[in-house]
Amino acid sequence: METLASFVPALPEIVLAAGAMVLLMLGVFREDTARNGRSVGWLSVLIMVVAAVMTGFGGAERLELFDGAFVVDSFARFSKVLILAAAAAALILSFDYFERAKIMKFEIPVVVLLSVAGMFMMVSANDLISLYLGLELMSLSLYVLAAVRRDSLKSSESGLKYFVLGALSSGMLLYGASLIYGFTGTTSFVALAEALKDGAGAQNLGLIVGLVFLLVGLAFKISAVPFHMWTPDVYEGAPTPVTAFFASAPKVAAFALLLRVLHDAFPGMLFQWQQIIVFLSVASMLLGSFAAIGQTSIKRLLAFSSIANVGFILIGLAAGTEYGVSSVLIYLTIYVVMTLGSFAVVLAMRRKDEMEDTIQSLAGLSQTNLPMAVAFAALLFSMAGIPPLAGFFAKFYVFDAAIKAGLTPLVVIGVLASVVGAFYYLRVVKIMFFEEPADKFTTAEPAVRWVMGLSAALVIFYVVIPSPLIDAAGSAARALVP
Amino acid sequence: MIITTQPILSIVTFLPLVGAIFIATLPRAAASNARWVALWTTIVTFAVSLLIWANFDTSTPAFQFVEEYQWLGPIKYKMGVDGISMLFVVLTTFLMPLCILASWQSIEERVKEYMIAFLVLETLMIGVFCALDLVLFYLFFEGGLIPMFLIIGVWGGPRRVYASFKFFLYTLLGSLLMLMAILAIYGYAGTTDIPALLATTRLPADMQIWLWLAFFASFAVKMPMWPVHTWLPDAHVEAPTAGSVILAAILLKMGGYGFLRFSVPMFPLATEQLAPFVFALSIVAIIYTSLVAFVQEDMKKLIAYSSVAHMGFVTMGIFTVTTQGVDGAIFQMLSHGIVSAALFLCVGVVYDRMHTREIAAYGGLADKMPIYAACFMVFTMANVGLPGTSGFVGEFLTLLGAFKVNTWVAFFATTGVILSACYALYLYRAIAFGPLEKPALKLLPDLSPREIAVLAPLVVLTILFGFYPAPILDVTAVSVKNLVAQYEAAISGAAAAAALP
Repeated sequence: METLASFVPALPEIVLAAGAMVLLMLGVFREDTARNGRSVGWLSVLIMVVAAVMTGFGGAERLELFDGAFVVDSFARFSKVLILAAAAAALILSFDYFERAKIMKFEIPVVVLLSVAGMFMMVSANDLISLYLGLELMSLSLYVLAAVRRDSLKSSESGLKYFVLGALSSGMLLYGASLIYGFTGTTSFVALAEALKDGAGAQNLGLIVGLVFLLVGLAFKISAVPFHMWTPDVYEGAPTPVTAFFASAPKVAAFALLLRVLHDAFPGMLFQWQQIIVFLSVASMLLGSFAAIGQTSIKRLLAFSSIANVGFILIGLAAGTEYGVSSVLIYLTIYVVMTLGSFAVVLAMRRKDEMEDTIQSLAGLSQTNLPMAVAFAALLFSMAGIPPLAGFFAKFYVFDAAIKAGLTPLVVIGVLASVVGAFYYLRVVKIMFFEEPADKFTTAEPAVRWVMGLSAALVIFYVVIPSPLIDAAGSAARALVP
Repeated sequence: MIITTQPILSIVTFLPLVGAIFIATLPRAAASNARWVALWTTIVTFAVSLLIWANFDTSTPAFQFVEEYQWLGPIKYKMGVDGISMLFVVLTTFLMPLCILASWQSIEERVKEYMIAFLVLETLMIGVFCALDLVLFYLFFEGGLIPMFLIIGVWGGPRRVYASFKFFLYTLLGSLLMLMAILAIYGYAGTTDIPALLATTRLPADMQIWLWLAFFASFAVKMPMWPVHTWLPDAHVEAPTAGSVILAAILLKMGGYGFLRFSVPMFPLATEQLAPFVFALSIVAIIYTSLVAFVQEDMKKLIAYSSVAHMGFVTMGIFTVTTQGVDGAIFQMLSHGIVSAALFLCVGVVYDRMHTREIAAYGGLADKMPIYAACFMVFTMANVGLPGTSGFVGEFLTLLGAFKVNTWVAFFATTGVILSACYALYLYRAIAFGPLEKPALKLLPDLSPREIAVLAPLVVLTILFGFYPAPILDVTAVSVKNLVAQYEAAISGAAAAAALP
């Protein structure tokens, strides 16, 4: 018998979902103006802040709910706060953009809130059913967001593409989940771990096929190669703030989910899933790095860069240790900061009302707008993993985790991929610093400038106080890996 | 002494950064303010670093002025210097004001950013020599790529983009392999504290080989050793004068410093096994790049190749692991830091006037620019290794060390001395002597007071250390002796262990 008090652990989710409903009502009953759309947007940010405070001060113990299908622990709290930070920043970035595009509708923040609720569910999922519920709630919201510029051919195309491929991946995931259920008779992560311990599932071919399909479904969501095809097109086609959102919060949620599934449900099949993750990692790093070289659109470049980053994050996952989990969380945090900063730069690439998309339009930026050029250069060098910037620490920890887990060849490939990656990041720096200036960009809105400046500052000054993040990620990882 | 209780190494390291931040706050138009702030920052930094030298205790091989703070859990912020690293700190701080002065007029665009880049670079370079934690070392070592990349790329010559990319990617690849090795050491020993690693950790022999190779990949590129030296001539030629000076005088020394700090003491067994390999590369570097230098038409390129050849002596000296060889290598690095810096500055002097570095465009400058020709001659002689100049001491000591270990190595290396005389004298003759025929050269003014101020200290030091090398050798002596003794103990310990049934 569940009492009302027992729902307390899910309070942030309830706040998000209920908040979305209330805002929906609020939006429907008020005039459809940009101003009202914006106020709904700020209210959504407020709701996220409330949810973040609730999550952040939720204590450190592990709480279960709904017969163990939903779990809240330090790991979930860490990921949720990160998701909220990413979503809120992306939302704040979007207001001016949508207002200029004349689509500042109240539905957009509401859909973002719903997708965040889905991500929360994913992060806390402790059962294949709740996993799927969360994943679908998030994905459906994201399909809508990708196509939110109805009058733009590219945006609609990207929404459709995302939907078709996303539906396919959901199908695969469900198929995998049903196989796993069929061979073990349970969907609960705890029961799965119990049933598969001591290598009990290692010889079970059906189970392994199920695991593979499950991983394929999730690999779509994190856009790991070879399931990445949608990424460049969707990133390019979707409105830029939406892309910023896609590249940050859902990645965190999907990685958190992946970590929990693999470490909580399949610790006994480490050897099996490790091979898959290693393959995904190598393929993502190499393809992401090499394919980015030829890009001329900054959004496509960032798409491939995010694919390569996913490859690096997977190195930490492949380690399969507690340290590996914490390295993944560290990388994700820094990645989110770098991604949001980079997309803020893309949003600032505007001349009058025309958004610029080519890398070449950044030419000579250091002479027309030095602060922006320095901020972007810091973000790019950080993504290339050059110390003392934050991106170096991200790579440092995943490499360290992999070496400690005996995956030295994987790290060698990672190192080579970083050098290739450095080449295309440098190319952008070169265009900004070494070339003759193009026309000035129109001065960016305060929100864009703030996000850009803040993320650049975080990336540069992270080296001064690195330990809070490391400690937080460490305790989150301890909660996940017993 | 009061200052030993202060975090003096951190002060020296981060003082330039403070200056850089201050310049960043200046209004954009104030180019000359930026110059003056940069100059004073570097001079003050130099003065503080002299305090370190004055308070340095030459009787102990231990690290001094050690500072330690909590930073990244088991990875600490730890700084300290010993007899090997302290001089490099002083060399860096000494050359920086000269670099700023040398860029006084030649850099006219984006002066503020230029000075910021240089000061940040200084912080990172000093940090490399002071860091007593592997990760911290790597942080400084690799961080230097960013400002140098920008210096070459923004203020460099016509092929600057190509050169800056080549510089960056070559070095990055080498460094990342070293990062892997650092992680492996961290995994094995559980600490990245350099003194602790040096004192207690004995890595297994087969692991040493791999780690040695990974560190070698990084330091050999930085050094640079043949055959991974090809980034150097490009980077040198395209970089602005002060950039070349920093590259040649300090960045290259990081490779040698790395060999001394890590490769030899941490992987003694691998060092012993792979020393012949290093000798072979060093000899190829000495002979081959000397020959290459001989056919260059660009002054900077010639000096760049001669740098590679001189670094060949350094690697040879280090890997003899004899007191003379290592002493000589350190001395050679410091001397090369002064001499190559001076040579690039000399090239910069005429380049600022004529805007060409082609050797054929000059001739007979001794008539019109006697002071210049005299300074240039001193440095040329030092480059050749003439007794009485600082270049001689280092080369002689390394050859002595090599002779004790392997006569043939010493023999081949000695031919390099002859070759260096060939190209250096050729360069000098082509520029300073001969008839003054070209009309443009007839109007050249001699050195300005600013240029004299830059070159004079270098002339003095070149000759001073040539006749009286004791100040440097005294500082290094104990540390080098300790290094060699530990190395020999490790080798004989391993041999004794192998001899047991």
